[in-house]
Amino acid sequence: MSHWDCAIAGIAELTPTRRTEGETTLGMIARVSAEAVADAGLEPAAIDGLLVGPQVGETPQHVPATVSEYLGLRPTMSNVVDLGGASGAGMAWRAAAAINAGMCEAVLCVLANTREATPPRSPNRNPIREFDVPFGASGANAAYAMIAQAHMHHYGTTSEQLATAVAAQRRNAARHPQAIFRDAPITVDDVLNSPWVAEPLRLLEVVMPCAGGAAFVVTSARRARTLRQPPVLLAGAGEKVTHRAISGAPDLLSGPLKPAMARAFQQAGVDAGQMDLLSLYDCYSIMLAVTVEDAGLCPPGQGGPWLAAHDLSAEGDQPLNTHGGQLSFGQADLAGGMSHIIEAVRQLRHQAEGRQIANARHALITGNGATMSEATALVLRREQ
Amino acid sequence: MTLSKPGPQASPLSQPFWDGCRERRLRLQYCPDSDRWVFYPRALDPHSWSTNLQWRDASGRGTVASFIVVHKPGHPAFQDEVPYVVALIDLEEGPRMLSNVVGCAPDQVRIGQPVRVHWVEQGGEVLPKFIPEETA
Repeated sequence: MSHWDCAIAGIAELTPTRRTEGETTLGMIARVSAEAVADAGLEPAAIDGLLVGPQVGETPQHVPATVSEYLGLRPTMSNVVDLGGASGAGMAWRAAAAINAGMCEAVLCVLANTREATPPRSPNRNPIREFDVPFGASGANAAYAMIAQAHMHHYGTTSEQLATAVAAQRRNAARHPQAIFRDAPITVDDVLNSPWVAEPLRLLEVVMPCAGGAAFVVTSARRARTLRQPPVLLAGAGEKVTHRAISGAPDLLSGPLKPAMARAFQQAGVDAGQMDLLSLYDCYSIMLAVTVEDAGLCPPGQGGPWLAAHDLSAEGDQPLNTHGGQLSFGQADLAGGMSHIIEAVRQLRHQAEGRQIANARHALITGNGATMSEATALVLRREQ
Repeated sequence: MTLSKPGPQASPLSQPFWDGCRERRLRLQYCPDSDRWVFYPRALDPHSWSTNLQWRDASGRGTVASFIVVHKPGHPAFQDEVPYVVALIDLEEGPRMLSNVVGCAPDQVRIGQPVRVHWVEQGGEVLPKFIPEETA
């Protein structure tokens, strides 16, 4: 038993989609929350903790109060978790910590987003706006392409190695009924022949934004054992935040996930080699290579060859992102990061129909935000 | 439709940096307490938390730490410029700065390449961009 002594008792996910005209973020939060609470077998009144993401544009402030009012909740613990792609994983241990502190007993963790044809541009006023945007470096593409260039230069990583992992994840997505690219198979050559976005990264190595939502419910392990689903325990967690803009990154070749994963493994009393599923944040192909190195699955610099050498399918020697990863399942904004948790819980419940990893017991989940800046790692364990 | 490129939105704290650019001087903050240079401009030195920051002229020399060739810009105003190079420049004084490498073809840029500041007007402001040292 880990010191967290908490479990993910309920999960739900909206099908990723490119457009959501007529929907509101609050409406999507409500639908996916109701599904997650029902999946846990809890009544809405049992939810006394609430963790939500930031909602730039729609509800810039007072987000927990707004969501509570919308859902008719009266939580005794609530907050915004603003860690970009690490927000979902960041919610899991915060929920467990709040439960252990006696602040609440059942925490709803929810992220959702709408996506319309002409999203409003937020009036940012921060160092990135002042010192990056005027140089034509808007957005995350530039940052991860910088990381890829450095990795290729220092380690000899190749586009072919990264493309192999992208194509493998697409094959995994074909086995998930909700994956946005379920019916769009691609080959390594398709990846290599796709247009440059930010050289050395190509279009099919860059995550596609979409809309969707995901939610999970955290309770004590004891309570989870009384509910309707097989308990999936939080065995370990780690987190690290180091910078915001890519120019502030302490290292272009290794990220804050390295210490975050080390802490999660240490708490869980396991190592990377014992993971039945690697559910790794994949906003860009290069992030997979850096993460398997930082996890200790291979030496620094060997992430590219490692990805190309292993079978990443549910039946393979290293099942990785069996839902397709965000590159093929879809990145519904912050909920995209949460998709790695939802898939891990399905696999550890042994409910991943059509893509179940045999006897899955442990999963590593990584969350990654901004420019390899915000990192949260979780180890989840199926209770034997 | 022609969009204008977004210029820097200076704050009172960073104004001396942009004023320096208009004079074609790369002025950075320097902290005598930590003996370290600071970029971007801050209210305190992130190494020592000292507020004893001074504006000093930097050499304008650096090396390319990493770079990319942008083909699909995140901001539509840069569409006419593609392909262009965005680079991380390790300044001689220590700080790392994001900028553009200009004055050469994108395929001439390399990690580790020495570069020198090169002033480019953009939307009424002057931006510190960089050119390869050998062509400076």
